[in-house]
Amino acid sequence: MSVSYKEVLTEPVFNNNPIGLQILGICSALAVTSSLNTSFVMAIALTLVTGFSSFFISTIRSQIPSSIRIIVQMTIIASLVIVVDQVLQAVAYDISKKLSVFVGLIITNCIVMGRAEAFAMKNGPVASFVDGIGNGLGYSVVLLLVGTIRELFGSGSLFGVQILSLTSDGGWYLNNGLMLLPPSAFFIIGLLIWALRSWKPSQVEEQEYQLAPHTRLQEV
Amino acid sequence: MEQFVSLFIRAVFIENMALAFFLGMCTFIAISKKIEAAIGLGIAVTVVLAITVPVNNLILQYLLAPGALAWAGLPEVDLSFLGYLSYIGVIAAIVQILEMFLDKYVPALYAALGVFLPLITVNCAILGASLFMVERSYVFSESVVYGLGAGIGWALAIVGLAGIREKLKYSDVPEGLRGLGITFVTVGLMSLGFMSFGGMTI
Repeated sequence: MSVSYKEVLTEPVFNNNPIGLQILGICSALAVTSSLNTSFVMAIALTLVTGFSSFFISTIRSQIPSSIRIIVQMTIIASLVIVVDQVLQAVAYDISKKLSVFVGLIITNCIVMGRAEAFAMKNGPVASFVDGIGNGLGYSVVLLLVGTIRELFGSGSLFGVQILSLTSDGGWYLNNGLMLLPPSAFFIIGLLIWALRSWKPSQVEEQEYQLAPHTRLQEV
Repeated sequence: MEQFVSLFIRAVFIENMALAFFLGMCTFIAISKKIEAAIGLGIAVTVVLAITVPVNNLILQYLLAPGALAWAGLPEVDLSFLGYLSYIGVIAAIVQILEMFLDKYVPALYAALGVFLPLITVNCAILGASLFMVERSYVFSESVVYGLGAGIGWALAIVGLAGIREKLKYSDVPEGLRGLGITFVTVGLMSLGFMSFGGMTI
């Protein structure tokens, strides 16, 4: 084993974050984050699916003919998602209703496919499992951060428990309705990426055009 | 007739796949640097959506829904838990068939769209539209209109974003915000703009 499991697990959380750097799995990150409950359930579901799909795909990786590997991977992922969906419907029906189609969309979440294709097809089952969980954690960190910001400022609560008392109930906090609407998710993730890249400048993208320095008009 | 027009307008503007439901974001952000590429991808998504949503609707009605197998003499069978597996299978198969069909009969179009077709299988907008169709229990004719409208709405959004990004590359953006960051902020502003359609009652 050339890389340690710890590195495989922690690398995707900040240094190679699937959302912040690889542009993977953004759809659901934006849609389910209006409350912390749904973000939390979604984060767990995706982490488990990524981990186990990487594990199973890696187990049979030498038996899969490369021409049909995508469809085999899809089948494994879709089966796992069906299991997750049925469990959610049985255990937490309300949340499963709120997540609506987004549980099903884990199938097409690029993180799951991306890790299967990029890591699980080349490495052993245990390492792939750890890698899947690590990438799931990287996704979860972003999801929980955005969920916390949106729920706290949007409705003044966390996990449905009132933290800031709202003016509508006679408290002091006037809630920011924008936070509950779709556009806020884009702004928050954009700003999070800015923060992440200021902290780790190596992730800054090259500019296509370099601006020339400002030139002063010469006095004639 | 009226209900189809309103469903279509709702699918294009008010419930825009990309800007209101965040579907297909990965390709939306990755392939929106050039307008030509964005137009090609937009057309490909529209075509695939207009085919897969009605086909999945038929599959749901005649194979998967509770009691749907009555025509085969099995009225008590409920296969709806196989939904995800069948929808994604249908989408992958149709994309593959479309690719072979275009390659054989319309090579000019294949040259333009060919590179985008494999990407579409894993585009969540496609699967998302099928799942919305199931959740809102559209009938067949509604699903045709909805598939087409959702595709056109997505294409509109990606071409708009590509237009903005082409201008944006000449601007002086703060270091950490370059590329991905500023794109997110731009999409957020576009999404705010599209929200103004939400006030329309149709």
